[in-house]
Amino acid sequence: MPEYQNIFTQVQVQGAPEWGMDNELNMMDERAGRPRFSTLVGWLGNAQLGPIYLGVFGVVSLATGLIWFNIVGLNMLAQVGWSIPEFIRQLFWLALEPPSPEYGLTIPPLNDGGWFIIASFFLLVSVMSWWVRSYELARMHKMGKHVAWAFLAAIWLFLVLGLFRPILMGSWSEAVPYGIFPHLDWTTAFSIRYGNLYYNPFHCLSIVFLYGSVLLFAMHGATILAVSRFGGDRELEQIVDRGTASERAALFWRWTMGFNATMEGIHRWAWWFAVLTPITGGIGILLTGTVVDNWFLWAVEHNFAPEYLEPYGYESYVTGE
Amino acid sequence: MLPKWFNDWNSENPTNIYGPAILVGVVGGAVFAAAMLVAFGRPFAVEAAQTGPRGTGMSVTDFVSDNATPDPTIDLYYTEPPYIPEGGEALAGDVYENVQVLGDLTEDNFNRLMNAITQWVSPEQGCAYCHGDVDIAEYGADDLYTKVVSRRMIQMTQNLNENWSGHVNISGEAGVNCYTCHRGENVPSDIWFRIAPVTEATAGWASVQNRVTMQSGSTSLPSDALEKYLLESELIAVHDLDPRVAGRASDEGYRTWQDTERTFSLMNYFDNSLGVNCVFCHNSRAFYDVAQATPQWATAQLAIGMVQEMNVDYLVPLRDVYPPERLGPVYADAPKAACATCHKGYQRPMGGFDAIGDWPELAATGAPVYE
Repeated sequence: MPEYQNIFTQVQVQGAPEWGMDNELNMMDERAGRPRFSTLVGWLGNAQLGPIYLGVFGVVSLATGLIWFNIVGLNMLAQVGWSIPEFIRQLFWLALEPPSPEYGLTIPPLNDGGWFIIASFFLLVSVMSWWVRSYELARMHKMGKHVAWAFLAAIWLFLVLGLFRPILMGSWSEAVPYGIFPHLDWTTAFSIRYGNLYYNPFHCLSIVFLYGSVLLFAMHGATILAVSRFGGDRELEQIVDRGTASERAALFWRWTMGFNATMEGIHRWAWWFAVLTPITGGIGILLTGTVVDNWFLWAVEHNFAPEYLEPYGYESYVTGE
Repeated sequence: MLPKWFNDWNSENPTNIYGPAILVGVVGGAVFAAAMLVAFGRPFAVEAAQTGPRGTGMSVTDFVSDNATPDPTIDLYYTEPPYIPEGGEALAGDVYENVQVLGDLTEDNFNRLMNAITQWVSPEQGCAYCHGDVDIAEYGADDLYTKVVSRRMIQMTQNLNENWSGHVNISGEAGVNCYTCHRGENVPSDIWFRIAPVTEATAGWASVQNRVTMQSGSTSLPSDALEKYLLESELIAVHDLDPRVAGRASDEGYRTWQDTERTFSLMNYFDNSLGVNCVFCHNSRAFYDVAQATPQWATAQLAIGMVQEMNVDYLVPLRDVYPPERLGPVYADAPKAACATCHKGYQRPMGGFDAIGDWPELAATGAPVYE
């Protein structure tokens, strides 16, 4: 009797590789790699690895993505004098930085953001190609395009950060650096510069949807695992032909909080929460510096943050040693 | 060893004990750790000083162990009360040759100060560090760079105490003397040099950051904050004071996120130099709003002007006086001062000791006033 007791999947199907249902659109032609099985991979998901469908856009996406990756890496390596040990030691500190502000939207010298512009172009091509791929594969499988549209929501935030907002601000220097710590520095500086992003209502919304996504994911995952003993993990069947698993899951939530999603509706909740996270976040970023320059003062003006009035009473507080 | 019934029972009832054992071990370990924390308190105790109205996150936190350990250099401080002149004493300017700054001191007080400077700055080398290993009759010569620098440093100390009293005497008479920076060393600790660019094969914004340096405090923030703000006196503030302000990032004078990172780097340096955090000087909600800043903000504001003047008027012009080994590693620039040079990580240098009570000679320019 198979058991689901672990955070890992204990049930693994390993046998003749699955090749797909049919070859209607000649999808077999562009499928690459011999399928094989991995027990390690099976603990986390499906034990079968490959084949993969690349297609034209997959190849373009991987190639341009690799070019971006190499431009960033080689620039980092050049910054430490081509020393591999230093590269490893300082990897988290290094970055390919956008141009200095004085270059505006012109093409800067290679060593002051020029490489950043070139790398960003390849990254743009790579990401958009991967998006086309997610759309085309869904089309070929005669699926809905939900994954592609959700991915596009993330791409919206990516484009706001690296393309739309820099253009509106009149300078490529506004883009985010490619580096581990440096992109965090950008985030902090961006928030501080514009009067604390926490007072940006779209930032608030983005956080709501982000935390909401986490909560929904946990609730849904837990609910399905809890009723899998009644067949609840066969979610699609349960949607069209509600069985005891769905009934119990629904009753559980209705009796817990007076309200329950449906077997289909919970996936719409999850999809919209996830998708609205980068959509609202992107709106918030796009407005910052272009429309609103100090979010705290904006929030005070709109009665969204309290205005602190004198006296602040600082003289009453000790300052320690 | 174990009774037979126990072994029989075990063999008849095989049970996986490893799963529960791990669970019990993890949960039990967590419960034990939590119980120990409750019973004995946190291992690295902290204490917080409230710096503003409650509910606004205004507090400065320190480790208790740090607060219990005062600056170790306090014990090594040497001081000696002045000889109050009764009139008619010989003045150092008349007795000795080439006394340009301290000529108005009586001979006794002059020698008292010279002795103290030796204790403060060159306790091992003694008088010879500035005057050379020569007969005392030749002490007037200016052939050692150390003596030329010392004279300028005495003038700088007098200027700090006289014209920047608003900073150095903010919490009672404290002032500064040679020991505030030197602490018994020929070259004070926590001086700084220009080091940007810090990455290779880069120019502009990319070249001044993303490297672990003393100035960036091990962050990837810019390493040129001290030279931009405390030497070149660039604008530190980055915020707009209205919700909506016209301007684009490419405009001249627009305050960019790059400027913000550099300011952040400077503020980190301030914090580390004094052992405090942001809300020691700023309110927690609107860093830019001076009206809501704590009283310490004004003290720090004075310090910025003071350090700029020290660097521009006193320290940088000495560049050509120094031998090469005293100059910066990258640009051979003169050593410069900033917050940590005096504060050494403490809110008040040496716990706010009175550095000028015994030393009116250093408390102001001109002839000293003894009381």
